[in-house]
Amino acid sequence: MSDLPLIQADRAVPPPAAVTPTGGRRRRVRLLSRTDRVVVALMVAVPLLLVVGLVWLPAGATVLLSGTDWDGIGPVGDIEWVGGRNYADVVRNYPPFVPAVQNNLLWLAALFVVATPFGMFLAVLLDKELRGSRFYQTALYLPVVLSLALIGFVWQLLYSRDQGLVNAVLGTDVDWYGDPDVNIWAVLVAAGWRHVGYIMLLYLAGLKGVDPSLREAAAVDGASEGRTFFQVIFPVLRPINIIVLVVTVIESLRAFDLVWVINKGRNGLELLSALVTQNVVGEASRIGFGSALATVMLVVSLVFITVYLATVLREGRR
Amino acid sequence: MSTATAPREDRTAPATRRRPPPRPARVVLHVFLAAVAVGWLFPILWAVLTSLRSYEYTATNGYVSLGGWTLDNYVTAWRTAEFGKHFLNSVYITVPAVLLTLFLASCVAFVIARFSWRTNVVLLGLFTAANLLPQQALLIPLFRLFTQVPLPAFMSDSELLYDSYWGLILVNVAFQCGFCVFVLSNYMKALPRDLYEAAMVDGASVWRQYWQVTMPLCRPALAALATLEVTWIYNEFFWATVLMRTGDKFPVTSSLNNLRGEFFTDNNLVSAGSVLVAIPTLVIFFLLQRQFVRGLTLGASKG
Repeated sequence: MSDLPLIQADRAVPPPAAVTPTGGRRRRVRLLSRTDRVVVALMVAVPLLLVVGLVWLPAGATVLLSGTDWDGIGPVGDIEWVGGRNYADVVRNYPPFVPAVQNNLLWLAALFVVATPFGMFLAVLLDKELRGSRFYQTALYLPVVLSLALIGFVWQLLYSRDQGLVNAVLGTDVDWYGDPDVNIWAVLVAAGWRHVGYIMLLYLAGLKGVDPSLREAAAVDGASEGRTFFQVIFPVLRPINIIVLVVTVIESLRAFDLVWVINKGRNGLELLSALVTQNVVGEASRIGFGSALATVMLVVSLVFITVYLATVLREGRR
Repeated sequence: MSTATAPREDRTAPATRRRPPPRPARVVLHVFLAAVAVGWLFPILWAVLTSLRSYEYTATNGYVSLGGWTLDNYVTAWRTAEFGKHFLNSVYITVPAVLLTLFLASCVAFVIARFSWRTNVVLLGLFTAANLLPQQALLIPLFRLFTQVPLPAFMSDSELLYDSYWGLILVNVAFQCGFCVFVLSNYMKALPRDLYEAAMVDGASVWRQYWQVTMPLCRPALAALATLEVTWIYNEFFWATVLMRTGDKFPVTSSLNNLRGEFFTDNNLVSAGSVLVAIPTLVIFFLLQRQFVRGLTLGASKG
């Protein structure tokens, strides 16, 4: 791989222009005919227009709208700039905000502290070329192909108060989806169920790429299995670790489908994503207010996206 | 040299990997993994089991019982929930969206991988990051935009981008492009440069280099991405929920939510509906499992 010219390779070694004036990048550019240049421009412009128009401009507009008092009715010219008032209102005068932040953090903690290590642990076990490993793997990542909305329904069969399996087996009478004290935990079990399989898959792919000589060297040094993993293998998996970290953060921030199918993110299941949606789609059309909530999500995610890009683009450069 | 060392390696390499006689640790490991695997499959198996039993039987004997086998739930669910129509809606959205995503993303990826412009890294970042943004953070302007953009009546009976298949296709394409650009550009960067030198000597235009040289070589990656994207766009719930109004036009994943009202007290029907919705993704998964898994890890292992 490393001997292939990547993007940066051309720039790192500029062609000796004086000796071979036709070498390197210059020659390639000159060989592009006018049609070719139009084709290249179109190949980039059309997708770019779509992504900028439907993702980046709206993202920017969200930030701008968060400083206004627009209610979505009336001409855009009437929009009044209110500065940080929406943010102040969100924090001070909006009861679901604090529970939503707590639930988002809880979501992150549950996926990060329980589901992710468990997925990694299973990947390490399954990396050992066991008999029947394929069956175990398939069973574990099967939930990944289901939509989160569907997962909400599947788990309802276990959680339902009168018809659910959990209450029937435990002899309890808990409304797992309805009781605001327990429903977030019930939902987290379902979300974790799916997340474990995904994480296992990512680590399994990472472990397959680890140089076997590292393990052999560790074995020669007499390192125990646990020591080998934590001191030799785990550090090598750094790019995967960062990707998993970012995926987990983003997934917990974007979590939406599961709580929306249960009760539209109310009554114990508040999440930032659901609050934004409630403020726009429902009866109440509080554009500026909803945008302030959305901007909070945007900023948090951009921090982690930057970390992610820095990692993957650096990897690609090697 | 290789002939001299090969036999030796053959002996030492398996020594570390040799399958030992069943040790207690191995047995414990298998028991543990089997338990986890069964536990993981259980909710899905339970849904299938529940869907195959009649409501009357389970209501009198409890869900933790055996008997009352029937296929009626599927028939009822299919009829009352009009699954046929909703599946068709999903097809209208998923098929064009996946094809467009792969086409547009491969164009960008080709340019990024083929030419060494300074802006390429920025371009790659712009596309990849777009895929990771929380959708809800874009909802407000997009919602307004979609309700303002008119479409001719033959394209959308709402005469707006809002509540039309076109709007959902576009938004899905815009969102999924990033992931595909990222994976495909990595894949294309690994193709040998000589190919293009040769193609240029033969006078191939940029388009031919893309369509007839690069794309055929990318077939494995495209297959993996197609499998993954079909699953993702079919499973997509949020955009369809907020950018659609007419219940009849909902794709099957988000129509589920409307169906729950009808099925509220009958878990056997809910499970039959869930199984029906899951079938397309499960079929893809079992038929194209290798592609699916490869697609998921393409984005990660070769960062």
